[in-house]
Amino acid sequence: MAAGMEKRVTFKGIWLPLLLVAPQVVVTAVFFFYPAGQAIWQSLFIPDPFGLSSRFVGLGNFEFLLSNSYYRASFVTTAIFSILVTVVSMGVALWLAVLADRLIKGSGTYRTLLIWPYAVAPAVAGVLWMFMFNTRIGVVTWYLGKLGYDWNHVLNGTEAMGLVVVASAWGRISYNFLFFLAGLQAIPRSVIEAAAIDGAHFWTRFRTIVWPLLSPTTFFLLVVNIVYAFFETFGVIHTITAGGPQQSTTILVYKVYADGFVGQDLGSSAAQSVILLAVVSVLTVIQFRYIERRVHY
Amino acid sequence: MSGMVERRGAAYWLTHVGLILGVAFVFFPIWLAFVASTVTQAEIVRPPMPLLPGRHLVENYREALVAGVNVPVARMMFNSMVMALGIALGKIAISLLSAFAIVYFRFPGRKVFFWLIFLTLMLPVEVRIVPTFEVIAGFGMLNSYSGLILPLIASATATFLFRQFFMTVPDELAEAARVDGAGPMRFFRDILVPMSRTNMAALFVILFIYGWNQYLWPLLITTDPRMNTIVMGIKQMFPSGDDLANWPVIMATSILAMLPPVAVVIFMQNLFIRGLVDSEK
Repeated sequence: MAAGMEKRVTFKGIWLPLLLVAPQVVVTAVFFFYPAGQAIWQSLFIPDPFGLSSRFVGLGNFEFLLSNSYYRASFVTTAIFSILVTVVSMGVALWLAVLADRLIKGSGTYRTLLIWPYAVAPAVAGVLWMFMFNTRIGVVTWYLGKLGYDWNHVLNGTEAMGLVVVASAWGRISYNFLFFLAGLQAIPRSVIEAAAIDGAHFWTRFRTIVWPLLSPTTFFLLVVNIVYAFFETFGVIHTITAGGPQQSTTILVYKVYADGFVGQDLGSSAAQSVILLAVVSVLTVIQFRYIERRVHY
Repeated sequence: MSGMVERRGAAYWLTHVGLILGVAFVFFPIWLAFVASTVTQAEIVRPPMPLLPGRHLVENYREALVAGVNVPVARMMFNSMVMALGIALGKIAISLLSAFAIVYFRFPGRKVFFWLIFLTLMLPVEVRIVPTFEVIAGFGMLNSYSGLILPLIASATATFLFRQFFMTVPDELAEAARVDGAGPMRFFRDILVPMSRTNMAALFVILFIYGWNQYLWPLLITTDPRMNTIVMGIKQMFPSGDDLANWPVIMATSILAMLPPVAVVIFMQNLFIRGLVDSEK
C-alpha cells in the first residue's frame, strides 16, 4: 500500500518529522512491541514454582499445549462459538436489512432504532442476558419453566453455550445491519427492476442478483465478525459463565486470562498469546488482501 | 419492485411486522433492565418480575450513583469518562502528528516506521495481556489513569485513517503554503487540522465508545474499587457467595453504563456511521 502512493510536495527537515512520530513510536514500543516480544520470549520458558527463575524449554510449552486436551477442547469451543455468533448475528442482520431495504419510507427510522445497541458493551450485554436467564429469578427462565422446560445454563454446557452465543450475537446485529443495508442500497435499482419485469420473484431475485452483488460486504463482515467473536467477547463470557460449566464456554482468549491471571501459569499463557497472535495475523492478512483486491477493482 | 411493496399489500405489512419483531428482539433485554431498575428487590426476587416500570426509579438510581455496592457508581462513571476521553483524544493526537510526518516528510527510517505501525493493526490488548500487565506494574501504573489509557492507544488504526485522508488533500495547498513561506507546523495547524475536522470527529465517536466499553483491561489493572470503570464494575457488584444480588441497583448501573455511548450513537448518528465505515476501510 505504501509504495506508489507518495506526495509530490513535501517539507524539508529530519528532526521535526522524527519529533512528530516520537510519541507514537514510544507508546507503541513500550506498550506494544515490548509486551509482544515478552510474550514470545516467555513462551519459551517455564518459571519455577517460586517465580525466582525460569528454565528454558524451547517449544516445550507449545508441545504441551497442543497435546493438552483442555487446550484442544478450547480450540473447538472457540470455533463453534465463533461460527455460531457470526452466523446468528449476520443472519438476523441480513434478514432485517433486506426488509428495511424494501421500504421507501421509514427505513431511516428502523435504522435509528436498530443501530444503537452497537454502543452497548459486550460485558453489559452479558449482564442483561444473564439477568433474563438467571436460574433463580430470570423472567425467561420462569416462562420457560411454565412451558415445562427447565433452563439451567449454570449446569448445562449446551445451554451455557447457547446463551453466550445469543448475548454476543445480539450486540453485533446493529453493526452487521448497517453494513448490509448500505450494501443493499448500493445495488442499482434498475438491475432489480429489470429482473422484476422479467417476472423473477423476490426469492429468485435475491438468490441470483442480490446475494452475488452483496458478496463483498458479506465476506468483509465474515472476517470482522470472526475477529469480534474471537477477541471482543471476553466480557460476555466473563459475566455470564466465567468459562463454565466444566470449561464448556472457555474460548481461547478466556483461557489466556484464566491460565495467566487466575492459574498463574505464565509460560503456558504466553505460549497461548503467541498462538493467538498468529491467528490474528492470518486474519489480518486475509482482510488486507481482500481489501486491496476491492480497491483495485 | 419497491412500487409493488408500496402498494400496501400483504408484503408491505409483513415487512413491517418483520422489522418490528427485529426491533423488539433488540430492545427487549434493555427494556427489562430498565424495568428492573425502577422496581424493588422484592418484586424482582419473586418471579416473574413485572414487565412495566415501577415507581422506584429515583431512589434506585440515587442509591446506585451515591452509594453503589463497592464504590459509588458516579465515581466509576467518572473513571470511565477519563479513560474514554483519554483514549479517544490521545490516540487522535499522536496519530495526527505521526500521519503528518509520514505523508509530508521524507526522513530516514520512514519506511521502517510505517511497517512497524502497520504490524500493530488489529492486534487487540487481549492477546498480550500478561506481558502488558507486567509493563504497567513495573512502571507502578496499576490503579492509575495512565495505566488504563496508554496500552490502549498503542495501535495504528487512526494513523492509517489520517494517512489515507492526507493523501487526498490536494498538493497545491502544501505548495501554496511553501511558496508563502509558511513552515510545516503552520501548514499543519492552519490548513491540515481544520480540513480533518470531520474525520477527527467521526473517529472520536468510535474511539469514545471503544474506550468506554473496555472490560478486560480495567479488570486486570484496577484492583482498587475506586479506580474501577463502570462497565467492569457491574460484575464486581455481584456477591461472591450465595447471597442475593442487589438487582435494582445493579440494573440501574447497567442502564447508566450504556447511556453515554448510546447517546453518542444516537445524537451523532451520521458521524458515527462515517467513523464506522472509515475505520473499517
